[in-house]
Amino acid sequence: MTNVLVVDDLDVTFALHQAEVKAVSDLSFSLAAGETMAVVGESGSGKSQAFLAIMGLLARNGRAAGRAMLGEVDLIGMPGDRLDAYRGKDIAMIFQDPMTSLNPSLKVRTQLAEVLVRHQGFAPDKAGRAVIEMLERVGIPEPVKRASAYPHELSGGMRQRVMIAMALLCRPKILIADEPTTALDVTVQAQMLELFKTLTDEFGTALVLITHDLGVVAGVADRMMVMYGGRCVETGTVDELFYDPRHPYTLGLLHSTPHVAKRAQRLDPIQGLPPSLERLPSGCAFHPRCAFRFETCFAERPQLLPVDGGARGRACWYQGSLKHEEVA
Amino acid sequence: MAGLTGKDAVLSAYAEALANAPKGRSLTQDALRRLVNNKAALVSIFILVAIVLFALVGPYLLPWSFDKIDWAGIRKPPDWEKGHYFGTDQNGRDMLARTLQGTQMSLIVAAVATAVSVVIGVVYGAIAGYFGGRVDALMMRFVDIMYALPYILFVIILVVIFGRSPVLLFVGIGFLEWLTMARIVRGQTLTLKQREFIEAAKAGGAGPFTIIFRHILPNLTGPVVIYATLTIPEIIVTESFLSYLGLGVQEPQTSLGTLISFGAPVAEALPWMLYTPAFILVLMLVCLSYVGDGLRDALDPKDR
Amino acid sequence: MLGYALRRVLSAIPIVFITIAVCFFILRLAPGGPFDGERALPPDVLRNLREYYNLDKPLPLQFVDYILGVLRGDFGPSMVMRDFSVARLISIGLPFTLMLGFAAFAIGTAAGLIAGALAAFYQNKWPDYLLVFVVLIPLVIPNFLMANLAQLVFGVYLRWLPVGGYQPGAILNLVMPVLILSMPHGARVARLTRGSMIEVLGTNYVRTARSKGLGTRLILARHAIKPALIPVVSYLGPGLSYLLTGSLVVEQVFALPGIGKYFITAALNRDYGLVLGTTILYVFIILALNLLVDIVYAWLDPKVRYR
Repeated sequence: MTNVLVVDDLDVTFALHQAEVKAVSDLSFSLAAGETMAVVGESGSGKSQAFLAIMGLLARNGRAAGRAMLGEVDLIGMPGDRLDAYRGKDIAMIFQDPMTSLNPSLKVRTQLAEVLVRHQGFAPDKAGRAVIEMLERVGIPEPVKRASAYPHELSGGMRQRVMIAMALLCRPKILIADEPTTALDVTVQAQMLELFKTLTDEFGTALVLITHDLGVVAGVADRMMVMYGGRCVETGTVDELFYDPRHPYTLGLLHSTPHVAKRAQRLDPIQGLPPSLERLPSGCAFHPRCAFRFETCFAERPQLLPVDGGARGRACWYQGSLKHEEVA
Repeated sequence: MAGLTGKDAVLSAYAEALANAPKGRSLTQDALRRLVNNKAALVSIFILVAIVLFALVGPYLLPWSFDKIDWAGIRKPPDWEKGHYFGTDQNGRDMLARTLQGTQMSLIVAAVATAVSVVIGVVYGAIAGYFGGRVDALMMRFVDIMYALPYILFVIILVVIFGRSPVLLFVGIGFLEWLTMARIVRGQTLTLKQREFIEAAKAGGAGPFTIIFRHILPNLTGPVVIYATLTIPEIIVTESFLSYLGLGVQEPQTSLGTLISFGAPVAEALPWMLYTPAFILVLMLVCLSYVGDGLRDALDPKDR
Repeated sequence: MLGYALRRVLSAIPIVFITIAVCFFILRLAPGGPFDGERALPPDVLRNLREYYNLDKPLPLQFVDYILGVLRGDFGPSMVMRDFSVARLISIGLPFTLMLGFAAFAIGTAAGLIAGALAAFYQNKWPDYLLVFVVLIPLVIPNFLMANLAQLVFGVYLRWLPVGGYQPGAILNLVMPVLILSMPHGARVARLTRGSMIEVLGTNYVRTARSKGLGTRLILARHAIKPALIPVVSYLGPGLSYLLTGSLVVEQVFALPGIGKYFITAALNRDYGLVLGTTILYVFIILALNLLVDIVYAWLDPKVRYR
């Protein structure tokens, strides 16, 4: 399969009052056409910032370095007006909070149709028809009526469906969904994930699912990437990481997720708090919370290295098996 | 003349923050600390203190008093040997002494009028907020209406009807400046009313006015201080405008506005008569504006 | 939308009525009046005067007469400028004040919007710093002082513009008054626009618009301007009142024939008929303009209509 996105050595830094803070360091990965990759980590792990950087949407004080190849073009460092030819067309993004991500003063139809007018050169009436069609596809009842509504007249779930419709209008190669279900009711979450799965399969869109919830990952994703302290600490297929985690942090995440943890017989939250990016611990950033740490972990940072010579990778010094030495 | 410092917005943001943070006091202390770190605001406070001290003490140190006529020095430019450091007016009175006296008067008007507006605003807002329901709706509707009306017209009407005594000027201005204070206090009272210590006081049999005065008002210190800081420059401007029109402070008493109104027509020949009071007025307003901005930044750090 | 507008109009009527009533009774009950001159007038002259000015009837009746008159556009006679009715004086002064006010409003609003939007767009770069400084000047120098200083600089020292006064067609005489009047208004609009534009540019929905690849121009024109205008528009109502009261100052300093000048002259002479008439007019204009602003607001922010 061909890769639609290849990211190489991505760094994201933010200039704060006194210091520079590195939110993402040396991130490299590739995304194959049509696959679904989950990016998992606690808040502050840099997972959202990495993809905002790829979209050119960092806050004013943010700066990205490295490469993100969308086919032949590098998105990092590209000026905004040139990025606009790809954003919304080849690579689209859905945000966490559907309540604030739609413009409150514009009708749903306007906010959707403008994408088609901009990228496909549709005339307004043709765009309007395509919008209604897409709203129907994402499961919005009475799409004609809803198209003329303002966002505040729709429920949260409905708004997220509108966001999905908006992102998929141009059938992009890549869809980045940043915590798309976090703000929704549990019952709506499952429907929404189902919708993602069917639509991206149908359009051949590669999906990046950014989440802190392993329960979301289980049914949907093919591959996953676990991030901690701005770095990728483990990557592999979902099955590999769920049944045979090789990084203590991945293991900890599994144990702290209710219905995944059943296999481990008990719920076991990770001790301590996620690190502040302004003061990352020395060596391996996870060592203060790690049950398997030893001297090397304090001093040197482990590299992301292939595991068993396959496509898996992990960044950890500990060589023993995690399974039999679970620590209370 | 409101809106010099956008106090409505500042205070609403602050009140919201107070309502959301259970430890109101530390929020105020935090803001004070940030204010002290703001150099422009700190320098402004220093200058203001200097002006106030000089306006109060200065007249005793000068060789001339504000109403004493120097028959030998009428319409004279600044003259250091005679002790007329800023010249004299058409009647041979010392401009520096008059300016200091005028500054004193402007400051007194501002202080008293602010106090009046605070008292009215606090009482009104606390009553509306405490009783709530229909009383509150009616009282606040009245405030909304008052907001829409051109209050300077009413000040002028009041001053005209009841004569031109400075006392009336204080009261009249204060009487019409309390709207913002009432809004903020009402909001605060609504929030405080839900707290346990009010419940406890009620259970202990305290009447509504005891609760308002003993339990609610002491918790409003922060907003009141900020409101006062932001209101003083507005009142100084209003007073100087009224005095400029001849409706404010009357001779031989004087205020900065009165001095400017006498200085303006003769500024070509006797420039010191306009520029001395104008300079002091603008200097005070600039400083107060920096203090106001400093307060706003201190209260709403996300703004930067 | 139409129903909303109608509701707002209806709710403004009692306010006008109450204002008239309050002003009427305050002025009638006030001690002293226009006839308390240096010399006491002979009793029969005073009686005739009171009859002529409709002051001899019981107060409630006077009020009813006055209201009926106002509804017909008759504000009674002026008590000091004896040959003029209040309505006649207003018809002379009002067009001038409105022209002055609207010219200043248009110039100040337009300049403030453009300057504020530019400053927001160049946040923390030199155009922003320049604006923040320039805007402070008309906000810390009171309007009447500014007018006096402008008179001195441009009228007396440089002799570029006339110092004051106005005859129909003398456009140059209006340059200074209009600009002075528009400056504090423009400064506040600029401050507000800058703040709200910065806020809107940082919202999630503008980020969404950027993620759609719409381009800066379309994002500003379609997504950012409307919500950024909401706080600015809600300021325009009070802003108009400041402008009208500001016209008191400007008309006074530049000796211009508007209702502000009449109001102050009337107040100084205790011409209660004229004071009452001009006050009612001010209140009416301000309420009408506020109403207009509210309706524009409802159009900008769809949520308002449903409250």
